[in-house]
Amino acid sequence: MVTTVEHALQVAREVPDPELPMLTLADLGVLRSVTRDPDGTVVVAITPTYSGCPAMAAMQDDLVHRLHRAGFPDVRVTVELYPPWSSDWISPRGRAALAEHGISPPGPAPRRAGPIPLTLSPPRREVRCPRCGAAGPELVSEFSATACKALYRCTACAEPFEHVKEI
Amino acid sequence: MADSVYSGLLGDADPHWAFGTGFADPLAGVDAAVPDGVEGADLGAYCLMLGDDALVLSHRLSEWTSRAPDLEEDIALANVALDLLGQARLLLSRAAQAAPQLVPESVQAPQDALAYFRDARAFRNVRLVEGVDVDFADAMVRLLLFSAYRLAVLEALQDSRDAVLAAVAAKGVKEVTYHRDHAARWVVTLARGTAESRRRLLAALDRLWGFRPELITGHEVERRLAAAGVGVEGATLAGGIDDVLDEVLAAAGVPRPAGEPGAVSGRGRDGEHTPALSALLAEMQEVARAHPEGAW
Repeated sequence: MVTTVEHALQVAREVPDPELPMLTLADLGVLRSVTRDPDGTVVVAITPTYSGCPAMAAMQDDLVHRLHRAGFPDVRVTVELYPPWSSDWISPRGRAALAEHGISPPGPAPRRAGPIPLTLSPPRREVRCPRCGAAGPELVSEFSATACKALYRCTACAEPFEHVKEI
Repeated sequence: MADSVYSGLLGDADPHWAFGTGFADPLAGVDAAVPDGVEGADLGAYCLMLGDDALVLSHRLSEWTSRAPDLEEDIALANVALDLLGQARLLLSRAAQAAPQLVPESVQAPQDALAYFRDARAFRNVRLVEGVDVDFADAMVRLLLFSAYRLAVLEALQDSRDAVLAAVAAKGVKEVTYHRDHAARWVVTLARGTAESRRRLLAALDRLWGFRPELITGHEVERRLAAAGVGVEGATLAGGIDDVLDEVLAAAGVPRPAGEPGAVSGRGRDGEHTPALSALLAEMQEVARAHPEGAW
């Protein structure tokens, strides 16, 4: 038998990301937990990818509406800031969905000890064109349509594409 | 309202129009307790300093939207501005939690009241961030000086005894690492580009270098919070920041500018600002003040 919390979790897990609708909030790693207050309120914790992520409001609304429709009248969405979101939290299913939709998934996030070094040359990433599979695309910009992506251009097929940055 | 064709667009009723009023508290559900041994007023003032730095520079950077050197740069600076705006929202919210007396009377959410209903005298940002960018070189030198300082502060604050500050810092470190690299690469590119780009870069360094000491001059609030394990004193970060700046200047083939302490009088941390801040606020706050109950 499925408990209330498990059912709420199933519903929350299927809510798509407003900016990357090929991913669910769970695939993206922004859905942190679904619990239930003693008074029965379903409490969903989400974490922003970046501090200024403008999609947080849309995510909150989407979660509340989906859960209302699934029969949970009392829903509260809370923010969990720590630990900070990492691109490593994107699920294997999420990575496959990104690639399938022409967005290059992130490599492993950097792990550092000590002061953060300055990087004066563009970062070297093992990026392949999600359309034609060619290696060695050129970096156009470290910032793209959303803060979480960089912009590349394939040197083989000349198509531009986005790459989810490692953070 | 019922007669308005727009009446269905606002509020929580429609999931597709969420940006106006839906998610008022960016710290919803986060534990608001102030750490033992710390005055709420001090923590609030400190969060205002860090939050105002981010808010004001965010606004300056957003002024480049549609007029940066190329489309990619337009988007890059908008993204940097957005990161800083996000940090500002969190920090101003934290300031309001720690010191509610700082928040002006308003129907707006506390962080919005702090952003839109304080006058220049109540802003605690350093003067570096409020200046008008003379040209693109100015913007990149300003961003380099600021983000070298900001990253050092945030790295240290990850160990703050204030759990909210520590969390905001851990998140911000990842973002500002990109900002600092972006500005540093542009400084090197401009210095090693054409004679004109180098001339502009050197002029920008001369203009802005004198604002640097203000970043690392200790403030009594910083000192008290550093002693309590909550804040960090700028002076203790000076060496690390200088190393980063020297590395950039060396790669750029540019000598360290001569301008040193004394070049700038007054302290933004005490509310002493240049006229540029009042002009910036007049624009940034105009709509919120004209329509304090507006929603969109």
